[in-house]
Amino acid sequence: MSWINETGPDRDVVMSSRVRIARNIADIPFPSIMQPQHAVQVAEKVRSCLPDLKSGSRFDFMYMRDVPAIERQILVEKHLASQDLMKRYEQSALIMDSREKITVMINEEDHIRMHCILPGFQLNPAWEQMNKVDDIIEQKVEYAYHEQLGYLTCCPTNVGTGMRASVMMHLPALTINKQMNLILQTISKIGLTARGIYGEGSEALGNIYQISNQITLGPSEEDIISNMIIACRQIMEKERIARKAVRKTGGIQFDDAVWRAFGILRNARVLELKEFMAYISQMRMGVSLGLIPGFSLEDVDGLMTAGQPAGVMRKTGRIMEGTELDAARADVIRKAIEELEKSKEKNI
Amino acid sequence: MLCQECKEREATVHVTKIINNRKTEMHLCEYCARQRDDFIQIPSFSVNDLIAGLMDFSHSQPAPEKAALAKCAACGMEYSQFKKMGRLGCQKCYEYFGRELGPVLRRIQGSSQHAGKVPRQAGSHLLRKKQLARWKTELKRAVELEAYERAAELRDKIKALEQALDSEGGGKR
Repeated sequence: MSWINETGPDRDVVMSSRVRIARNIADIPFPSIMQPQHAVQVAEKVRSCLPDLKSGSRFDFMYMRDVPAIERQILVEKHLASQDLMKRYEQSALIMDSREKITVMINEEDHIRMHCILPGFQLNPAWEQMNKVDDIIEQKVEYAYHEQLGYLTCCPTNVGTGMRASVMMHLPALTINKQMNLILQTISKIGLTARGIYGEGSEALGNIYQISNQITLGPSEEDIISNMIIACRQIMEKERIARKAVRKTGGIQFDDAVWRAFGILRNARVLELKEFMAYISQMRMGVSLGLIPGFSLEDVDGLMTAGQPAGVMRKTGRIMEGTELDAARADVIRKAIEELEKSKEKNI
Repeated sequence: MLCQECKEREATVHVTKIINNRKTEMHLCEYCARQRDDFIQIPSFSVNDLIAGLMDFSHSQPAPEKAALAKCAACGMEYSQFKKMGRLGCQKCYEYFGRELGPVLRRIQGSSQHAGKVPRQAGSHLLRKKQLARWKTELKRAVELEAYERAAELRDKIKALEQALDSEGGGKR
């Protein structure tokens, strides 16, 4: 089971917590200029660590060229791998644990990029797990390391710790109250940054933001994590207050908007992605405030993933675009909601 | 004008294609245009451009043409190539382009001294050097805060560690 269907602390605001670390193997050219034989060398070296990783849970190794295109896209939309890894599918590989929490991307921008993704607000546990995996790989692999600059990465923006900690937050009430610009400015002062994860440019589809550290050289891993925790806690509290305020001032109008969003998701025959994300966001906020009984935040997040382009295409098994895709999305969502309702009825 | 694809939204993206002297025109709305990844190539503001810009900036005085000729002897990456890609070719690039990269790192990262994890393989020597750097910063802070007792304590520790490291280094050489 992946992080999507699991409960986690502070799930009302924080969807998931993620820690990524970038490493390169000593004396092999970076993926930016590496030859195919280097890529194999890197992949096989990391693969040799697999038995040691397996002590805790099951890990699988796969070359991306052996994975079908739709499956590759699903991995991206589940945040288990990056678009960049798929662009280099001829030379890239992936190690993934059966719980879909830890992945090690091989030959992405750097030789090794490991991620740990956990549901809700769990930055510290994510870092601890990552640190363990790093220790295991380090026993067999010598990293490119510089006394002054730390872990050497292909792009100088990652050098040092090579760590990027990020938290995916649902911030509808702060967005409605136009607080996001201010928050962005404030967190940038302590070396953090926020961006929308769905959608392009400044618009954040579904009011979902990713807060992450920008600086990787200077502060230690623990310092970065604790900065992130402090900042995210504050944002979280503000969002909760704002949600209650929005509901109080909106009154029946607020409840109506939530139920209408649910009604549309439940009945629509065509759903454009942008529209879908707006309604899902509204529904999620409602569920977090106890509206729409029978639906959990995990259910809503599951719907959100199911409605992303690759999620829809996997369900239907076809590559689609335009209205065809939007109609298929509406079908997928409608059926998913029906199924959720049925399973709830059985439980009652 | 309405989008020729969906015929619903206003066309805001206009594309003229000339292939083998055959000209085709397309008028699409943003949504439909985004669905077609065959021609939309809007160059986005990337971190590469930013790094390139910063490097140019930090080199406004010392002969830029010399920097442009710099090359990593290990992997053959040229400075001009790095500037274009924003990606280095190998770990040695950090040494060969050290002079150019230093100011950039300080500007992007605000620091050029790693204080985080150290790979165990790199040995305890490195770990102790790290400790030394940490104590030194702490000493500076202690002096600023006029915590002289702590400062004296740190000074002694630093001295002892420095001597130990020196004798080890001397023995190796």
